Amino acid sequence: MSELKEKARILRQHICRMTTEAGSGHPSSSLSAVEVVTALFFGGFMKYKADEPNWPDRDRFILSKGHAVPVLYAAMAEAGYFGVDELLTLRKLGSPLEGHPNMKRLAGIEASTGSLGQGLSLGVGQALGCRLDGRPSHIYVMTGDGEMGEGQVWEALASADKYKLANLTLIVDQNRYQQTGAAKDVLDMGDFAKKIEAFGWHVQTINGNDMDEVVQALKTAQGVTDRSTAIVSKTQKGFGILPVLEEAGDVNFHGKPLPPAMLEQALALLAK
Amino acid sequence: MHIGEISGYKLGQATRDAFGDALKDLAAEFPDVVTVDGDVGNSTRTEPFALANPERGFNVGIAESNMVSVAGGLAAAGKTPVVASFACFLLCNAFDQIRMSVAFPGLNVKLVGSHAGISIGEDGPSQMGIEDVALACSLPGVSVVVPADGISAKAATRAMLEHSGPLYLRCGRPKVAELYGSGIDFEIGKSIKLRDGDDVTIIANGLMVAAALDAAHMLEKEGVSAQVIDMHTVKPLDEEAIVAAAKKTQRIVVAEEHLAHGGLGSAVAMVVARSGPGRMAFVSVGDTYAESGDADGLLEKYGLTPAAIVQAVRSVR
Repeated sequence: MSELKEKARILRQHICRMTTEAGSGHPSSSLSAVEVVTALFFGGFMKYKADEPNWPDRDRFILSKGHAVPVLYAAMAEAGYFGVDELLTLRKLGSPLEGHPNMKRLAGIEASTGSLGQGLSLGVGQALGCRLDGRPSHIYVMTGDGEMGEGQVWEALASADKYKLANLTLIVDQNRYQQTGAAKDVLDMGDFAKKIEAFGWHVQTINGNDMDEVVQALKTAQGVTDRSTAIVSKTQKGFGILPVLEEAGDVNFHGKPLPPAMLEQALALLAK
Repeated sequence: MHIGEISGYKLGQATRDAFGDALKDLAAEFPDVVTVDGDVGNSTRTEPFALANPERGFNVGIAESNMVSVAGGLAAAGKTPVVASFACFLLCNAFDQIRMSVAFPGLNVKLVGSHAGISIGEDGPSQMGIEDVALACSLPGVSVVVPADGISAKAATRAMLEHSGPLYLRCGRPKVAELYGSGIDFEIGKSIKLRDGDDVTIIANGLMVAAALDAAHMLEKEGVSAQVIDMHTVKPLDEEAIVAAAKKTQRIVVAEEHLAHGGLGSAVAMVVARSGPGRMAFVSVGDTYAESGDADGLLEKYGLTPAAIVQAVRSVR
């Protein structure tokens, strides 16, 4: 467990560094999702081969909230898909580390996303395809909470229930903020757990920035074998560097990199 | 009198029926093919395949956005999904899903739109796909195929499954004249010259190919020799054939059951503008929505007839 927490700390450093270097990006949206992504890649939950990204029996992670891709790149670099140095090429011309995930350019990316709302449907399709071929693959999809405003997500929830896709897990990274403000002010979706449960899914609600809770929830999800399972992961946007964002007077800090001075403060916070 | 009758062609299968028959027949040969439907499989004709292969047919309900992205996911998992709906709902309702879940990642998804054009008739404009070719052609890497009759639709279905990458197959609702009764050598991106001539070239696809043949027949009586090309693939376009036609006849008329903008006419005009020489005229639905009515009455009213093509030929002579 302490190793996972240590890995999460390193991922956060990568996220802050690479977005500041890029001069743009969504570090705060990435930081909220660090515990879940860390646990999936390094907690033994996802089976993958970094040196054989297209290994047919791999588990697959689809980041539907594509703007948070720095957290995925950070995990992939730490997992050995590419060198850690490459993280600093984020968003630069010629780099496969695009501003949003592009599966055509970077092996190991399981879906090209960035138009919100499509990832869970892609996950349903991959889960159906893998099951049809008798593969053991499990599909993990992460959406944002603001993204749940997209009707397609609810179409996908219904279709996953129809096919009882036990090889599909949805994680809603409920970091409570979206582009223009608090999610509850923009479009209050109420209790995600009740809504998703009403679609026939198994649902857990956790503190998604608590590694112990994340690991426990993913273990519980693995034990659900008769239907799709969702984890409503209540998180904080910018988790890990919140004091820095608070000092700047913007706890949402949506879609912008830390200026160099703030980066120094953030890295100091993340140093221990 | 049906389109194609003037030039002696009998009515054959609707292209959607031919597609459906071919898909069912090819199920064993292409074991990775699956269908994804938005609850109109009995209209698009994916139903026979899905009934014969229940584990390979996925009806996700009336939810076209989800339908297309699910197909993208299936393709990413190594399957060859054929996702079908009415042309208008597939291309218009789910356009961003086709963009992001199919075209941009270049996934091997086969999009099949039925009920294309105004010849669906009585159900009216909300059900008519007349923007679909323009939308599909706008997407990088997506091939666009519009077969003219049942036999070419069957051949196109096989070619579609053999083809690697995203492709849009456009099918129609009504029975159409059978043009390829004596066989067809169908290749995506390779047009077929159905009639040779010296004075004018008529390039058409879908049911307008039969109308073009009728028009050529009528023109012959006026002493005008027209060649007719079945441009079944709008993208990638058979530019070589167009350049050759422009050189040979200078005058080119394009006929399609689609809006004026962004379809076959626009695609051919881009080639002729580059290669020259050429004066062109266009027969299409124009820049308007149609209305409810019987198919033949609609085609007449909206100018998709052999006579309209003859008129267009006169305008460029």
